[in-house]
Amino acid sequence: MDVPHGLPVAALGAETVMTQISVRSLCKEYDDKCILENVNVELPDHEFCMVLGPSGAGKSTFLRILLSMEEPTRGKVLIDGEPIDAEPQPDRGVVFQRYSVFPHMTALQNVMIGPQLRDGNWFTRLGGAKKKELRERALALLGEVGLGDAGDKFPSQLSGGMQQRLAIAQALIMEPKVLLLDEPFGALDISTKRSMHQLILDLWERNKMTIVMVTHDIQEAFTLGTRILMVDKKRDDPHAPEAFGSTITSDLRLDPSRRPPLAVVDDEAQDSDDAGSMREIFARWTRDAADAIVSTGGADNEPSDKRQAG
Amino acid sequence: MKRAFNYAPNPRLGLVLAIVPFAVALIVYFIGSEMRLAENPGDKLMPAFSSFYDAMVNLAFTENRRTGEYIFWTDTLISLQRLLTGLGISLLICLLVGLPMGFLPYLKRTFEAFVAVVSLIPPLAVLPILFIIFGLGETSKIVLIVFGVAPFLTRDVAIAVAQIPREQIIKAQTLGASTMQILIQVILPQVMPRLFDSLRLSLGAAWLFLIAAEAIASEGGLGYRIFLVRRFLSMDVILPYVAWITFLAFAMDMLLAWMSRTVCRWRHLELKPS
Repeated sequence: MDVPHGLPVAALGAETVMTQISVRSLCKEYDDKCILENVNVELPDHEFCMVLGPSGAGKSTFLRILLSMEEPTRGKVLIDGEPIDAEPQPDRGVVFQRYSVFPHMTALQNVMIGPQLRDGNWFTRLGGAKKKELRERALALLGEVGLGDAGDKFPSQLSGGMQQRLAIAQALIMEPKVLLLDEPFGALDISTKRSMHQLILDLWERNKMTIVMVTHDIQEAFTLGTRILMVDKKRDDPHAPEAFGSTITSDLRLDPSRRPPLAVVDDEAQDSDDAGSMREIFARWTRDAADAIVSTGGADNEPSDKRQAG
Repeated sequence: MKRAFNYAPNPRLGLVLAIVPFAVALIVYFIGSEMRLAENPGDKLMPAFSSFYDAMVNLAFTENRRTGEYIFWTDTLISLQRLLTGLGISLLICLLVGLPMGFLPYLKRTFEAFVAVVSLIPPLAVLPILFIIFGLGETSKIVLIVFGVAPFLTRDVAIAVAQIPREQIIKAQTLGASTMQILIQVILPQVMPRLFDSLRLSLGAAWLFLIAAEAIASEGGLGYRIFLVRRFLSMDVILPYVAWITFLAFAMDMLLAWMSRTVCRWRHLELKPS
């Protein structure tokens, strides 16, 4: 694959660490409102997992639980067999759609701040050789995400796409086991989106990490993912629309070597928030990509606790 | 004919326009003063500019025969000391209380309502209490300024902390930051621009409380002098003192604006249309 800024990945761990994520019988309820019910997923090492779903289906809630931003009502998340910490920790990096980078730091400072916080004291400024080494790693990483010339710019001086590149670099310098992306390219225009897709695929292939990315762009899901999870409601009760939560209605494994080309075809038709049309487009993509689909699943997510509606 | 708001002066004309009201005020005063003095040379209400000059030379550049002091400069020094001490303590309180209060839910729940109520107590109403507790010395004047400014600043900082996007705090945690590190390195710098603005806004209140306290019980200071010479209808002292206080307040405001631009350069880049 074409590498736009071919600096060596000096910043990232060379040793192979296997990362396996297990989500077991996960439920999330707010008061009476059930968001997620009985979600079960096993993600093997080096998965590029795309989480799809209509607006409000709970795909972002799922990601926030993986991040420990929210606690599940029932069930658990394991990474390599260990339950995840109750707080966000450096083992899980994150890029949000907005506000991921610190506005009061330059791009270089934004990348350097992670290791400085982790290894430093209250006021954190690493000194001497350590700082110099960190600075070089950060500069290399900035070059790798295409921000080699922007080190001393503040985020407000960067475009939306550049800010997301910076956010990715900021997360990657911590060498997280898992990178969680919450609609990271949702606010970008099509051509920027395409170059971001290329970048994230390159980084994913080189760094052998696991990525879980939430999107509502079906094409994005099929072109990037090795795994696609559709989070949606299995049952709808028109009298009590909030009684049932979403679960994984479809679980596709894709062969990465047969993934569709990165070109963004017809944005309007692929990008849908509306549940009905999303299901339709998803079905069409599933048919069209049948060659690349290794296996399908989703049946094992049948809700276990049959609740009474209303 | 364009709409009225689509006409804007160029920078040079803008400067001239800004000077006009000041010039008009001075001219009106000058004419009024001349007219009154022509009628009654002993008039004290609108002294001539030459009387201001004489009074200020006397106060600022002539050693006081009794105390050996230059009264004007001593007054200025005393007042500024009180004001800056009061503002400094208020700043310290708002950082030590407001910052953690806005960030830690337990502190927020405990102190938010209390600080809100305290900030609504009219400070001048408790001035007698301060005089009773702290006596008539420096302490009561400084405490009055702190009482008037600190609760406002504290609330404002706490609100500014709460407005920082949640994503920033989550992100900092995924970078391994501790509570103190997030407070000092993520929250404090992002609250600074708002803090400078609030400080500038509270300058007026701080001067008000200072002069009120000095007027009631004091042995020096700009406010004390104004209220002292009021007995002799000495407008030739009062008006220059008022102008001087205004200038000091203006200079402090400009200084804070400059500090904000320098310390929080990132914020001012954001505000500029790109």
